[in-house]
Amino acid sequence: MAGAPERVVSINLCTDQLALMIADEGQLVSVSKLSQDARGSAMAEAASALPANAARAEEVFAMAPDLVLAGTFSSRATVQMLERLGVRVEKFSAASSMGDIRAGIIRMGEVLGRQDRAAELLADFDTELARLSDAPARRPRAAMYFANGYTTGEATLAGQIVHTAGFANIATEEGFAAGGFLPLEKLTLTEPDVVITGQPYRGASRAEDVMRHPVIDRLKGRAATASVTDGDWVCGTPFVLRAIASLRDMRLEMEAAQ
Amino acid sequence: MRLLVLLTALVALLFIGSLTVGPAGFGGLSALAGGDGPMPLIMREIRLPRALLGLMIGLSLGLSGAAMQGYLRNPLAEPGLIGVSSTAALGAVLAIHTGLASAWILGLPLAALAGAVAGVALILLLAGPRGGSLTLILAGIALSAMAAALTSLVLNLAPNPWAANEIIFWMMGSLADRSMTHVWLALPLMVVGWLALATTGRGLDALTLGEDAAAAMGINLGRLRLTLVLGTACVIGAGVAVAGAIGFVGLVVPHLLRPWVKARPSQLLWASALGGAAMVLAADMAVRLILPDGDLKLGVLTALVGAPLFLHLIYKTRRGLA
Repeated sequence: MAGAPERVVSINLCTDQLALMIADEGQLVSVSKLSQDARGSAMAEAASALPANAARAEEVFAMAPDLVLAGTFSSRATVQMLERLGVRVEKFSAASSMGDIRAGIIRMGEVLGRQDRAAELLADFDTELARLSDAPARRPRAAMYFANGYTTGEATLAGQIVHTAGFANIATEEGFAAGGFLPLEKLTLTEPDVVITGQPYRGASRAEDVMRHPVIDRLKGRAATASVTDGDWVCGTPFVLRAIASLRDMRLEMEAAQ
Repeated sequence: MRLLVLLTALVALLFIGSLTVGPAGFGGLSALAGGDGPMPLIMREIRLPRALLGLMIGLSLGLSGAAMQGYLRNPLAEPGLIGVSSTAALGAVLAIHTGLASAWILGLPLAALAGAVAGVALILLLAGPRGGSLTLILAGIALSAMAAALTSLVLNLAPNPWAANEIIFWMMGSLADRSMTHVWLALPLMVVGWLALATTGRGLDALTLGEDAAAAMGINLGRLRLTLVLGTACVIGAGVAVAGAIGFVGLVVPHLLRPWVKARPSQLLWASALGGAAMVLAADMAVRLILPDGDLKLGVLTALVGAPLFLHLIYKTRRGLA
């Protein structure tokens, strides 16, 4: 590799945030529009300082990047077009475990030529993760419940956050590894200690109504705090630690109350 | 009289049945009375509103189907088929996605009511007072297509990523995971509609002799028409607002029950109301038994029963269509 890239454009919400944390000043020239929206992005403020792109090949190419950061789920057509035009594209897959997050940080350091900064970030990540990983022998039971009654299992990043924070996941009891649709009646039967719901999107939808069903309010009422997922939960970045920490605080509060 | 007892018993039985089935398994009725734990919560907050809505919406669909068929003297008239449910759905979708529904509690049912009024009024205008089969069905198809397209457009333009997935709910209807809030939202408007439609019995009986004879018997046809429009719009608007458009109930039920009441429209009104409640409750039990963990739409089942009958009726009335 001939030196570090100098004009880096990121077109994926998660690579945006990793790059913002690791890139040198001036190295990152544009991030995706999504990362400027606080609903899904933990770094909306930092991202707003840079010009945004809508992840379209044409506008990205016009920025004359020497490296494009994309997710493996980014539009194939966009990525292929950029590659055909001779732009180097690095694809990052979505993290679904703490190990994936570590790997992502190391790789981002390598492609940006900022190994030292990545190592620093990684050391902080490891220390903090170790501090937060103190699950009790008897884990309280948490249910994640999203639009249309979708629940997430342990094979996902959200599931790992809940697991690391010291909770048992209802989805595992119900036989879901990655996730699936859990009817409201079945959720009620499991009597979870905590219900974690998602933050509703802009505008209204019937699919998200179920998160406001009176039964969910009743189930949440029994828990110490009603919790809601936010931008910290979306991407495999050190912000995941923030999500773990707030869930863990909730667990400690619950244990103290008992 | 025997029919009344029979239908009431059937509806009561299906109502209890609807309370006892669900993804969480069998629940004893005693859980409704009170107690703690998950089962009483499920019974009171999930299954009771579901069964009540099934009952209310079934009553509404059966009643409005019988009233429309009586007024137009056409067995093919049905709120779903002639596009009234679709225009009500358009009203409801507009209320939800413009924020009216969340800003004002009555926004949703009243917007659906407005959509339904527009739908019924347009149909009566297009099909004329006699409602010839061909014009009625063509007007219904056009109105349905138009309203469905506009509903899809609104949902596709909505900023919420889930909205576009909801097109199927508005076209097929479902009672899954509704709450008592929805019952209270729909009930007042429905009661008004039921009362209005119940008063049309004498007029509909007189109409069987023709418009001139009915007018000679002292029936105010203009008022009858207005009562019918508003009554139908109230019950359909309120139902669609909370459960989407459920088709064919108002077609199938009056057809099955007509011979039992000697084809008297006034008798058919209450018989169809009870029959409609039975059909919707039964269909809603069936969707939960066929696909316990999913959300099979109610309209799928009612269409599977209703569409073949619709074809049969078209076949029978093709001389009138020619």
